[in-house]
Amino acid sequence: MAEDKKHKKALPRIDEESKGFWEACQRHELYVQQCRACGARRYYPRALCPTCLSGDTDWALSSGRGTVYTYTVTYQNQAAGFRDALPYVLAYVELDDGMRLLTNIVDCAPDAVRIGMPVEVVFDDVTPEVTLPKFKPAREAGK
Amino acid sequence: MGFARTPVIAGVYEHPTRWAPDKTAFQIHAESARGALADAGLTIADVDGYCTSGVGPLGVLSMAEHLNLQPRYLDSTSIGGASFVAHVTHAAAAIAAGLCEVALITYGSTASSERFAVGTGGGFAGDPPDHFEAPFGPTVVGSYALVAQRHMHEFGTTPEQLAEIAVTIRRHAGLNPAAKFREPITVADVLASRLVSSPLHLLDCCIISDGGGAVVLTSAERARDLPRRPVLVLGGSEACCHTAMGRRDLTDMAAQQSGPRAMAMAGVTHADIDVCMLYDSFTITVLETIENLGFCKKGEGGGFIRNGRIGLGGALPVNTDGGGLSSNHPGMRGIFLIIEAVKQLRGDAGARQVRDCEVALCHGTGGMLGLRHSGATLILGRG
Repeated sequence: MAEDKKHKKALPRIDEESKGFWEACQRHELYVQQCRACGARRYYPRALCPTCLSGDTDWALSSGRGTVYTYTVTYQNQAAGFRDALPYVLAYVELDDGMRLLTNIVDCAPDAVRIGMPVEVVFDDVTPEVTLPKFKPAREAGK
Repeated sequence: MGFARTPVIAGVYEHPTRWAPDKTAFQIHAESARGALADAGLTIADVDGYCTSGVGPLGVLSMAEHLNLQPRYLDSTSIGGASFVAHVTHAAAAIAAGLCEVALITYGSTASSERFAVGTGGGFAGDPPDHFEAPFGPTVVGSYALVAQRHMHEFGTTPEQLAEIAVTIRRHAGLNPAAKFREPITVADVLASRLVSSPLHLLDCCIISDGGGAVVLTSAERARDLPRRPVLVLGGSEACCHTAMGRRDLTDMAAQQSGPRAMAMAGVTHADIDVCMLYDSFTITVLETIENLGFCKKGEGGGFIRNGRIGLGGALPVNTDGGGLSSNHPGMRGIFLIIEAVKQLRGDAGARQVRDCEVALCHGTGGMLGLRHSGATLILGRG
C-alpha cells in the first residue's frame, strides 16, 4: 500500500478492478457495482460478480445517504498517520440500498455518534489522486 | 459420522514461557515439539506428518528444515489464531486416510519480547478488500469492537456482562501456575481500565505474551502401545465469514457453520459438552462464540454467562486455563485450546480439573471479527 509523504495514513491501491470507484470518488460521487447479468449489487468493487461470475458490470450511483450500522471510537492505533489522529470513529455505514461499507464518521464529536444515526457522504480529498468517502451527520430534510 | 478410523491425540505440551527474550520463535517450536513427543512416548524420527502456521508463507518448509523432518504430509493452513485447531482436523483426516501415521503440530512466538503491537499495529496484507478498509484505520481490536457495539445495540448486552467474562477467566488463571496474570480482578476493574476501542476496555482484550506449544496425533492402533491415555478426535469443521458483498449481519460468526457440523460429525449434542475452550481474543469473542455455537440463542449470551455458568463448577466451564485473556496469547492461540482440552480429558488439569470430563469442544476464531474471520471447531473425547 502506497504511503504519501504528507498523508501518512494508508492509501488504497487504485487498480484495474477498483479505478472506476476511485475515479468517481474524485468527482465526489459514490458508486456501488451492479451485475448486468444477475442484478446482484456488490461492495467493495471487483471485476467479476461473485454471485454469477459475470464480468458485465454497471456502476450504480448511491444517494450517499444512510445510517450508522455500528461504530467504534478508536483510542489506540500505532499505524502511521492514525497514531496522530486519535481518537477517531471507525464505522460501518448502511447505505439506503442496504449495502454496508467501512468508513469514518467525521464532523461529529466521537462520543455523539450513535447506531442508527442518519449520515451522508462527504468526500475527503486526501491526495491529488485519492479521495476517500467518509460520512457526517445528515442535514435535516428540506434544508 | 466421525472419521473412518478414529485418530487420537497422543501427546501435548504447552511451553511454560510467557517471556522469552533469550529464545527465537523457532526454538520455542522445537522445544515444544520435544515436549509433546516426550509426552506421547514417541521420537522425532516417528514424525511423518507436520503442520504449522504463523511462520511466514514458506515457513512450514523452514520449520521442517529446522527440525530436519521429512514429512509425507504437510499442512500450513493459515487462518489466523484458529489455524492450529484446523490443523488437528486436517491431521486427523490425513491419519484416517493413511497419508501419515504420526503428525506433529507446532507453534512458537516471541510476540511479547519483540514488542509486536498485535491488536493495534495496523499492518495490512494489501489484498483487494484491505484497500477499502485500511485507509479508514481499522485495528484488530477495532474489528471486534464494531461487533461488540452492534451486539449491545441489538440485544442490550452490557459492558458489565462482557467484563464478567474477563473476571471468570482470570479466576481460572489463578488456578494455573503458568498463567501470566493470576491476581483476581473485578467487573469494576475491567470497566475502569482504559478504552482501547469502544466499547472494549484494556481488560476486555487478550494479553500479549511469548509462548508456544505442540500436539502429536496418531492412529488409535499405534496409540495402543503408547504410555498416555489417548484423546479421541471425534469431529471437526471449519468455516469463514466475511463482508459478503456488503450485506453481512455483523453478529453472525463462522462458528454458526463450523459448530453444528463438527458436533454432528462427532455425534454429540450441547448437553454432552463438559468443557469449552473458546478463542478469547476479546470478551465479545467468547460471548458471540457461545451464541453462534448454539449454547444459547443469539442475543441471550449476556444473560447466559452470568452467575458462574461459564466458570469452573458451572454448567459450561470455559477456558479453564485462564485463556488468552489472562494466561498466554503470543498472537495465535489456537494450539492452547487443544492442549488444555486434552489435559481436562486426561484428568491432568490439577486444581482446575473439570469433574467427569468426557467431551470437550474447542473453537478457534482467527482474523478480524468484524471484517473477515475464520472459525474452526473441534470435538475431542476421553479415550
